[in-house]
Amino acid sequence: MLTELSGWAITAVAVLGVLSVAAGIAVFVVDSMARATFALLASFLAVAGVLLALDLVYLAVVTALMMTIEMAIMAVFMIMFMMNPAGLMPMTMVHNAKASAVMGAGAFVVLAVGIWTIDWPTRNPPRPADSTRQLGEAIMGSHMLVMLVIGIALFATILAGTILATARGRYDRLGPGLDATHPDDPVPGGLPR
Amino acid sequence: MTAELVLQILLTVAVALVGVGLFGALSQQSIVMVMMGLELVLNGVLLAGGAAWYFLAPELPDAQVLVVVALVVMAVEMAMGFAVTVAIYRARQVDMVDMATDLRG
Amino acid sequence: MPEQTLAEAWGLAPAVLGVVAIGLVLGLVVAGVDRAVVSGAPRTAVEPIRSSARLLVEQRRTTLAPDRLLWRLGCAAVPALALLSLAVVPIGGRTLWSTSADLVWFNAMEALLWAAVWLVGWGPNAVHALTGGYRFLAQGLAYELPLMFALITAGLAAGSLRTTDILAAQQDLWFVVTMPVAFVVFVGSAAAFAFWGPFAAPTAADIAGGVTSELSGVDRLLVEAGRAVFLGATAAMAAALFLGGGSGPWLPGPLWHLVKTLAVVAALVWAGRRIPLLRPDRTVEVGWTVLVPLTLLQALVVAVLVLNGFYA
Repeated sequence: MLTELSGWAITAVAVLGVLSVAAGIAVFVVDSMARATFALLASFLAVAGVLLALDLVYLAVVTALMMTIEMAIMAVFMIMFMMNPAGLMPMTMVHNAKASAVMGAGAFVVLAVGIWTIDWPTRNPPRPADSTRQLGEAIMGSHMLVMLVIGIALFATILAGTILATARGRYDRLGPGLDATHPDDPVPGGLPR
Repeated sequence: MTAELVLQILLTVAVALVGVGLFGALSQQSIVMVMMGLELVLNGVLLAGGAAWYFLAPELPDAQVLVVVALVVMAVEMAMGFAVTVAIYRARQVDMVDMATDLRG
Repeated sequence: MPEQTLAEAWGLAPAVLGVVAIGLVLGLVVAGVDRAVVSGAPRTAVEPIRSSARLLVEQRRTTLAPDRLLWRLGCAAVPALALLSLAVVPIGGRTLWSTSADLVWFNAMEALLWAAVWLVGWGPNAVHALTGGYRFLAQGLAYELPLMFALITAGLAAGSLRTTDILAAQQDLWFVVTMPVAFVVFVGSAAAFAFWGPFAAPTAADIAGGVTSELSGVDRLLVEAGRAVFLGATAAMAAALFLGGGSGPWLPGPLWHLVKTLAVVAALVWAGRRIPLLRPDRTVEVGWTVLVPLTLLQALVVAVLVLNGFYA
């Protein structure tokens, strides 16, 4: 059965696919941490482009949106923690590289063999008029449990992340008796206290 | 081109991303770089999920929901990863996995 | 047929060129109004044209060991993203391209600006520029969620993320009547992500111009033009999402939309230039403790109205 994708879409998908893998490899090749972060962003944007060609508009733009913000924050952390953020003095920060390469290549080979030997179903499935509406109705209807679990998981992440990352508790802010009239914060903030 | 061939090529690209990401997650010393490897693995999951939806079952929303779950997993992984990195750095100025092996038996 | 896009109506190349031209003109208008308001003399409104020409021929100066690739990429991305965000803004009732997630597309282009502005700050290997880049990220954390809730409120009332559907849903009543908070937050966020006026902390004088401090020649022109086009595109989007777009008596639709866009630009510049510079460390707290609950309440009110069939 021939694909419904046009020649242009297939070309775009092929170019973007190669780009996503090339950018993914670049993440671990380049010295500069800023370049590594933005190579990863390029990989995400290439995958978002493929999703766009596959008629998944909402997922494509939401991937681009989330991953861009994530990578911008990631860049801050990379430069905060790495010894050599700009890559001006190249150094290797790897351990067990050979075994890792074997594991990575092994995983690729095993999965690729599976992909090329499986007899994929060939049929002409009916397509929804609007993939965004399909997703929206699913997560607010038949798949609502997924959305509920996601919501709780994200809320737990906000709390756990804040608790782990901050070194200050309420006793640091309001004193040992919690009776200070004004909290003692390192950054004053924008609201009157 | 047949739909099957395009699907197989796309899935191969997806597992290539998974392979590269796995290599990175296993080989990097810096916690932040390990997280970038994990992100790359999940990037492959996004691509595979999208391809599976388009070529195998576009009439069902399941593959799309799977991609949403993968996106959320990425967000949680990033947030918790950064929080743990900040916490361990605050406690003992460490940003490399080799220096946080307290649980090694 | 209202579902037709500009690309289908005019052909792809003319439509893209047309939207780019409209974007550049909008940017020039915003920069001109801004200059006129700041200097108080209307004849200075042509100043942006003169300075654009000067920057075009100006020689590029550089810094020690810059990250040239990322620097150029960031500078080029700012105006490119501004023009891409214009692709889902209705022009004469049609958008350049229409998807089922137009609002998310607009938001994604603005999110990509985070990366672009940070790169402009990172590229020159200079301390003030990088400080400006970090300030922009901090400011982004303040405005991003309220902006998302403001956008989604308009989509909620129309029951669609497509901008042309949102236009169609405002035939009887402009959305600004039932969602004033979302409108104000949206226009304010426009100033914030174009780091303009009271939100210009990333380019503030205390860090010698911040992200733009090391820019010269074409690079500076690209970034400044991108900021102006983003402001213009967001004003046009605000007119479409909240002020009914082309709806109005006597005048033809596109003219009404233009008038409303210019009114939003004029109001934004007039009010924005009268507010002092806001520091990101302060706006973050206001954004999270005031604006997020406010915009959520706004969305709740609109959701209840939708359930009661108010917009049907």
